[in-house]
Amino acid sequence: MVEKYEVLVVGAGPAGAAAAITTAKGGMSSVVIERGDFAGSKNMFGGIVFTKPTAQIIPEFWKTAPIERRVVEYQYWLLSSESHVQINHRNQRFLKDFNSFTALRARFDKWFAQQAEAAGALLLTRTTVTGVLRDSTGKINGVSTDRGDILADVVIACDGVNSLVSKGAGLHEEWNPEDIAVTVKETYALPKDKIEERFNIRGDEGVAVQFYGGRNEEYAGFMYTNKDTISFGVGAIMSDLAAFKTRPQDLLEWMKSHPSIRPLLDGTTLREYTAHLIPEGGYDRIPPLFTDGMMVAGDAAGLVNALNFEGTNFAMISGKFAGQTAIDAKKSGGVYTSDRLSGYRTYLENSFVLQDLKKFRQVPRYIATHKQFLTLYPELMNSVLYKFLEVDGRPKEEHLREIKDELYTKRGRLGILRDLYGIYRRAT
Amino acid sequence: MSTQTVSTTTQPPAKETKVTVEEKLYLAKYKLDERPHLLIIDQDICQKCAAINGSPQPCMILCPADVFKWEEGKRNIVSYDNCVECGACRIICPYSNIEWKYPRWGRGLSHRYG
Repeated sequence: MVEKYEVLVVGAGPAGAAAAITTAKGGMSSVVIERGDFAGSKNMFGGIVFTKPTAQIIPEFWKTAPIERRVVEYQYWLLSSESHVQINHRNQRFLKDFNSFTALRARFDKWFAQQAEAAGALLLTRTTVTGVLRDSTGKINGVSTDRGDILADVVIACDGVNSLVSKGAGLHEEWNPEDIAVTVKETYALPKDKIEERFNIRGDEGVAVQFYGGRNEEYAGFMYTNKDTISFGVGAIMSDLAAFKTRPQDLLEWMKSHPSIRPLLDGTTLREYTAHLIPEGGYDRIPPLFTDGMMVAGDAAGLVNALNFEGTNFAMISGKFAGQTAIDAKKSGGVYTSDRLSGYRTYLENSFVLQDLKKFRQVPRYIATHKQFLTLYPELMNSVLYKFLEVDGRPKEEHLREIKDELYTKRGRLGILRDLYGIYRRAT
Repeated sequence: MSTQTVSTTTQPPAKETKVTVEEKLYLAKYKLDERPHLLIIDQDICQKCAAINGSPQPCMILCPADVFKWEEGKRNIVSYDNCVECGACRIICPYSNIEWKYPRWGRGLSHRYG
């Protein structure tokens, strides 16, 4: 006998669990199919999770969720080959308002999926979805898995960046290497007191660090303090790495060996090495979000704001809206054709999800085609500060002249103005 | 029975050894799906790719787990048991020459941290 549910969610990541929590709470019979050994076992991110969107799904989640540390300080490091310029913002308000927290996906997603089960959804792990099923009208009405077929009124594809389900359903083609970052990450063990001493934090305070510059490839590095581990990694656009013939793991090794970064990892023990892709193409690369019998949420739909390292919250909120749309469709007659699911896009358009992505739609490609932002400018900031701070017996006048010369020869007065205006116009 | 004497004279100075990706992957929890989830569709296309793009080919550069190795002039050897299931090879392959699936029944990589 083939099983049948009202809602079938593919993938028990943040999007899938949020969708199932919503539909199960809304009284719909819901099943979540997860290919991993347990929810979270295949997932990876930097990372931090933003608190307020999470609380929209599970109010006061921090009372039971496995959060690592509450972020009190955000750091931005602009690297040169043997130096860096650091901009930090530490603010007690980040704690009071509880802006974000560090987390580990294998633990957090496991907990989050348990909330879906507690709401009444069925979680099927170790089951890989291999394709969609369709009824005689062509509407999607279930999925095939490596354990057999499962039918449903509506499918919500939350199967992550590779999105084999929505691609298999013909919703979109393969991603372009220009729009996808490959990220490698290492997790290191370090005793709790050492982490607190090293990062100048107390109790459950945490620090989130981003690294840029010092390379010809455009990349973004990250470091996050967990309870007794440190997450450290780097992501770069795939086509850029291919053009420079740089392996992502070599970029990570370069960062680790950087004289400014190396001391932060002293005495640590490597616990895990893994990799993941991030869809960074933004608004213009979002595939169709729904079709007859199916909606797509989270990374599978390319809903990531790479500028602000936001993805988990986009996944959760889009999953919630997909779930809400399923409930709406049930209430208005239980028909799940594409016209009945179009409210999903409206929900997203009325929220930060599509509004933020639309607002910054030009930025990813602007930065990708204007390499000076992540390569030349970090270099210049380092050398300008060095020359400013250097005391060598020559008059300061000479130092200042050298600074000006360097700026004007490497980019030019007009170039700098044009860059400032360009980024201002696209990002504000 | 003969005893072997071990020379203790000229040891090279201790060098900082870099951990290879393969060694890093030993830390992972991994259950093998005996059916490979990664397949090269046509080895001739890999030959052509090597001629055009040189070696290492794009899949070998982008794969974070050193899954693909080029047996010079012959074929692309796929160690799918190293795979961390990211999907980079499938997207970067200029000829869509990699059949890429997920492992079955919860097999493959399992994160402890993520």
